[in-house]
Amino acid sequence: MSAANISYKAGKQPDPREYRLIFKNVDREGWDNSIDCYLRDGGYEDLKKALAMQPKDVTEEVKKSGLRGRGGAGFPTGMKWTFIPPNNTKPVYLICNGDESEPGTFKDRYIVHQDPHQLVEGMVISCYAVGAKVAYIYLREEFPEAALIVERAIEEARAKGFVGKNILGTGLEVEIYVHRGAGAYICGEETGLIESLEGKRPYPRIKPPYFPAALGLYMCPTIVNNVESLCHVKHIVRMGGDEYAKLGVARNTGTRILCVSGDVKKPGYFEVEVGKVTMRELLYDMCGGPKDGRTFKAVIPGGSSAKILRCDETFKLRNPDGSTRDLNFWDIPMDFDSLAACGSMAGSGGVIVMDDTRKISWVLNNLNSFYAHESCGQCTPCREGSMWMKKISDRLVAGEAAPKDIETLESVAYQIDGRTICAFGEASSWPVEAMIAKFREELLADTNPDQEGVPHNPETFAQQRYLQHS
Amino acid sequence: MSHSPLEELVASHETPGTPFFPPFAVTPELEAEADERISHYPASKRSATLPLLHIVQHKFGYISAAAIEWVAAKLDLEPIKVVEVVTFYPGFRQSAPGKFHIRVCRTLSCAMGGSHELMEKLCELTGIDRSESDSHHHPITVSPCGKWSVEFAECLASCGTAPVCMVNDDFHDGVAADKAQALLDSYSNAQSAH
Repeated sequence: MSAANISYKAGKQPDPREYRLIFKNVDREGWDNSIDCYLRDGGYEDLKKALAMQPKDVTEEVKKSGLRGRGGAGFPTGMKWTFIPPNNTKPVYLICNGDESEPGTFKDRYIVHQDPHQLVEGMVISCYAVGAKVAYIYLREEFPEAALIVERAIEEARAKGFVGKNILGTGLEVEIYVHRGAGAYICGEETGLIESLEGKRPYPRIKPPYFPAALGLYMCPTIVNNVESLCHVKHIVRMGGDEYAKLGVARNTGTRILCVSGDVKKPGYFEVEVGKVTMRELLYDMCGGPKDGRTFKAVIPGGSSAKILRCDETFKLRNPDGSTRDLNFWDIPMDFDSLAACGSMAGSGGVIVMDDTRKISWVLNNLNSFYAHESCGQCTPCREGSMWMKKISDRLVAGEAAPKDIETLESVAYQIDGRTICAFGEASSWPVEAMIAKFREELLADTNPDQEGVPHNPETFAQQRYLQHS
Repeated sequence: MSHSPLEELVASHETPGTPFFPPFAVTPELEAEADERISHYPASKRSATLPLLHIVQHKFGYISAAAIEWVAAKLDLEPIKVVEVVTFYPGFRQSAPGKFHIRVCRTLSCAMGGSHELMEKLCELTGIDRSESDSHHHPITVSPCGKWSVEFAECLASCGTAPVCMVNDDFHDGVAADKAQALLDSYSNAQSAH
């Protein structure tokens, strides 16, 4: 897609290893987010193509494409769409998850600000495929400008007959509305998002049903897809599912946007074919390597919830025939299955890099503070545990932790993991579990044996005072 | 309204920023704006809770007990259903911020990029003492003059251009501590130009 006639703004040229599909128009010279600009570039032609197909054939193409959700879990998008009960008589809703709140992730920001019509087109096609007449774009509150941009884009599309009643004279009806969140990370969890859209606290719903496609918004079948995933739908319709599936590698098809931040010379976003770029190529070739005089230490490969990987690790992987092989950290291909095999995940594509100047205790404390702040408080292990983990790591960075605190921290994490309604439990405990497993020596070196048995919480102080004075 | 039990429940208090915002008042424009938003949710009016609170906060700086009663009446809800939403979401405020509310990203990539230094510099330049703040219950601190307020926000989704912050609805990236003065000046000067 690196078409020769497209030029990019100075200093914003894509890396030669990139494959710009979703980000084709991001930082493009002469590009603006108006519908005229989008139409001059062949915009909404894919919608016309989709409307000439049967809805189930559009879904079939998405299934054939092998597209896996770009929000974090990597679930096959086409399969998700088929979970709507076949005998359904209720209205179906489509929700675009634009909450983009996983630390380290910053891809949807550029789509909604610079190329809103790509999202609108992808959504109308998706609504046609799943039979939704009303769709909502749940945008995080911290994107106020994007909310205006996307609302304007919807109005422009309505004026041209791409949104609203009787789309392009086919009788298709799709309304799209923007719904702004209010700064809560948990709204990225799809059932929490639905609760929020219903005007409530975003407490994630108890599973089953595992997918809101069965019961979602207003107890109706609801499809929730990430911004990037919905944009891919448009390209799948244009290319055809089989052709799209040739991008990337087996079971990890298409392109995806990797967002690199932290200790590299050139942080930024890179759209690459899934699995075609290794960790070495990404961090050394595309991001310019470590800052001068420093060396890479650790990488969180898929948003802050993904388990941290050490840059000096070697992983033992099992081949399909049962034999094993070694994979060095630097040779990990950036795809869903490889990162999962190495014990982490591709998640949302947010790659956070730490060099040798960073203390793991400090990194851990930063993330623990995040999760303690963002736990919705519905499940006790997560509400209490995320706060305890923060308190312990607060002590660790203050030099007031005892060696035994590391064990306590680890045990708290393992008591959250798997014991909560939603995946926030894993999201908050995995970073702790992985950092302790991989940097135990370093964390222990930050503790002080003299702190053993020293009370830390105000309740203990109150109790001691009471005992001394009674 | 003065004896409403809601007043007890909603932790609004005077801040130096209060004079910069108009007191809550229901006008035909407000009603019309709210009705338009409610029309986006044909299946359930309750869904308009967040949008209506956004409208209120945008116009009046924060969400008062009176505003909560109005939103609840507008949506045929018990006021508690609105209160629990206001108290849950970090994006909703119960007291006035400064005229210019600055949210600095606190999360990992920005922290590595120097967001704590940026926050310190902003506090120093605006005379804000954050020692009483805590992330859960008192995240916002207003300057004595009421013109500025600061808050540590969680990830603002621009990790590649750290450190980042927002001033009211404007987003600013690559704001190292040494750019704090210029950032503040751009708002002070814009204000005097009006």
